[in-house]
Amino acid sequence: MRFIFKTDYDQDIRLFQHGGQVFWYGLLGVLLLIAPLVVSGYVLSQLHFICIYAIVGLGLMLLVGYTGQISLGHAAFLATGAYTEALLQAAGMPFIVSLVSAALFSAAVGIIVGLPALRLKGIYLAIATFAFNVIVEEIITRWESVTGGSSGKPLRAIDIFGLRLASPESFYYLCLALTVLSCLALINLLRSPTGRAFVAIRDSEVSASCMGINLARYKTMSFALSAALTGIGGALYAHKVGFISPEQFTLIQSIELVTIVIIGGAGSLHGAVFGAAFLILLPQGISRAKDWLPDAVPQTGLQSVVFGLILIGFIIFEPYGIYGRWLKIRTWFDVFPFYRRGTFRRQRSYLRSERLR
Amino acid sequence: MFSQFLQLTLAGIAQGCVYALVALGFVLIYKATETVNFAQGDLMMLGAFFGLTASAMLGWPYWAAILFAVIVMAAVGMLIERIVIRPVLGYPTFTVVMITIGVGYVLRGVVTMVPGWGTETYALKTPFGDTVFHIAGAVLAAEQLATIALTAALCFVLYVFFRFARLGVAMQATSQNQLAAYYMGIPVQRVNMLIWGLAAAVAAFGGILLAPAAFVHSNMGFIGLKAFPAAVVGGFGSVPGAVVGGLIIGIVEALAGFYLPEGFKDTAAYVVVLAVLLLMPSGIFGETARKKV
Repeated sequence: MRFIFKTDYDQDIRLFQHGGQVFWYGLLGVLLLIAPLVVSGYVLSQLHFICIYAIVGLGLMLLVGYTGQISLGHAAFLATGAYTEALLQAAGMPFIVSLVSAALFSAAVGIIVGLPALRLKGIYLAIATFAFNVIVEEIITRWESVTGGSSGKPLRAIDIFGLRLASPESFYYLCLALTVLSCLALINLLRSPTGRAFVAIRDSEVSASCMGINLARYKTMSFALSAALTGIGGALYAHKVGFISPEQFTLIQSIELVTIVIIGGAGSLHGAVFGAAFLILLPQGISRAKDWLPDAVPQTGLQSVVFGLILIGFIIFEPYGIYGRWLKIRTWFDVFPFYRRGTFRRQRSYLRSERLR
Repeated sequence: MFSQFLQLTLAGIAQGCVYALVALGFVLIYKATETVNFAQGDLMMLGAFFGLTASAMLGWPYWAAILFAVIVMAAVGMLIERIVIRPVLGYPTFTVVMITIGVGYVLRGVVTMVPGWGTETYALKTPFGDTVFHIAGAVLAAEQLATIALTAALCFVLYVFFRFARLGVAMQATSQNQLAAYYMGIPVQRVNMLIWGLAAAVAAFGGILLAPAAFVHSNMGFIGLKAFPAAVVGGFGSVPGAVVGGLIIGIVEALAGFYLPEGFKDTAAYVVVLAVLLLMPSGIFGETARKKV
C-alpha cells in the first residue's frame, strides 16, 4: 500500500503522482516508441487503428463517461471529420490546416447537435443523436457533387510541410503523438473547473445548476469538444483507410463506438484506450479461434454473438469495464491480504419513474 | 390524383401498423422498467423465423404458425428478462439499454448459426393469396388489410388487458413506482418478466405481419429502428401514442417517398422525430416530466 504525503501544493498539479507512475508510463512510452522497429507490418496496422479509435474513444468518454450525455450518433462526427479532411486535401490544403479544420467543423456540428441536448435527457437524447446520424449518412450518400455519394472518396498520403508520411511507421508516430496529446489535453481539462463542471452535470443536473453551473453552456461545450476529438479521429481514419464511403459511418459504427466507453470503463480515460484496443483486437481473436470451429459457423454471426455476450457480461459482472477490473486487481495486491468483496459494491436503487409527478 | 393519395396513405397505414407493433413493444417495456429495448427489432426477426419454421418447414397452417411463434417468443422474452435484465434491475437506464443492444447482437448472430436459417432470405406464404380490394380507385391487398385488422384487434385486446385485468393494472402500478408496487404486494420481478414476455410476443406478431412485405432474414430487425421515431412521436410511455406514432411515421414515409425527391423516404421518419423532439419533447400523448429534487 502506497501513501502519498503531500508536502507541497505543486504535488497536487503534478502530472504523475509518484515514482511508480513515472516508471510504468515511461516504460509504456518507450515500448510504444520502439514498436515499429520490432513488430510486423500487420501488427503496426492494428496499432494505427487502436490509436485512432482511442482518440475517438477519448472524445466519446468525455461526453458519455464524464458529462453523462448519451450519444448514439458519433459516427456522424467521425464522418464529418473524415469528409472535411478528404475535401480539404483534394483542395490542396496542408495537413495541419485540414486537420484543424476537421476538428473545428466537427465541433461546429457538435454544437448544433448539442442544442437539442439542452432540452432532452437520457434516452430521448440517444434517439435524437441517432436520428441525426441517419440523416447525416443520407446527406453524404445523396450529396454526390461534394462527397462522391456511395462511390466514395479516395485520399492521398499525408503531407506535412513537404514531409510525406507515406510509410506506416511515420503514420504510426503521427497517430501516437495525437493520441498522447489528446490524453494530456483531457487530463488537464478534467481537473480544471470545466472538467469538474462536466462531472457535476453527470452526477446530478439539479445540484450542478444549484452550484451555479450553466448547464446549457457546459453541455454544449462538452458536445463540441467531444465532436472535435472525434473529428480528428475521423481525419486520421480517412487517411488510414485511404477511401471513405457512407457505409463506414452507420448507426452500427456509432453503437460500436459507445461500446468502447462501456467495455473500457465509463468514467476513466484509461478505459477509452483499453476499450479501443478491445474493439480492434476482438475480430482478430475471433478469426484466430475460427480455425478451431466447424466451417458451418459464419464469421460475422460468431463475431456478433461473442461481441454481444462480452458486452452483456461486462455490464452485469464488471460495470466499470476493463479499467474497473484492473483497478480491483491492483487494489487486491495493494491491500493484500485485506481485500474485501464489498469494497467496490455498486449501489442499487428502486426505480422511480420520472414520467409521473 | 386523390386516388393516388389514398393509395399511398393506405400503403403507409399498413406499413405504419408494423411500426406500431414494434413501437408497442418498446412502450410496454419502457412503461414497466423505464428501459428502452434496442433488441425489439431483433425479437421481431426471431419471431418471424419461428413463424417461418412452423409454416414453411413443418407445413403448419398460417394461424397455427402465428400462435406457435407468439408462444415461443413469449418464452424467449421471459428467458431474456430472467437471465440478463433482472441482474441489473435498479441500475442506471443506460446500463440496461446497453444490455439490450448486446442482446440484439447475440440474437442476430445466433440466427445465422441455426441450421436451416442461416444468412439466407426467405419468403413467408400467407393464406390471403393475391386477393385485392378496390376502395375509391385505390387498391388494397388482402395482406395489407389483414395487417391493419390484426393490429387493431391486438390494440383492443391490450387496451382491455391494461384497463380491466388484475395483471394489467399491476403492470401499470409497477411502471409508475416500483417501491410502492412492492408495498402493495405486487411481485415486481415476476411482473417485469411477464412484460418482457408480452413485448416479445407482440414483436413476434409484428414480425409475421411484416414478413410478406419485407422477407425474412437475419437483418430484418433493423426495421425496428424505424419504430423508435414512432414511439417518440407518440410519446414514449403511451400505448395509444405508439399506435398513432406508428401510423404517422408510416404515412409520412409513404408520402415522402412519392412526393419528395429521392432520399427523403428513408430519412423522413427521423426528420419528423427530430422536429417532434425539439418542439414537443414529450410527444403527442406523452406525460409531463419534471424532476423534483
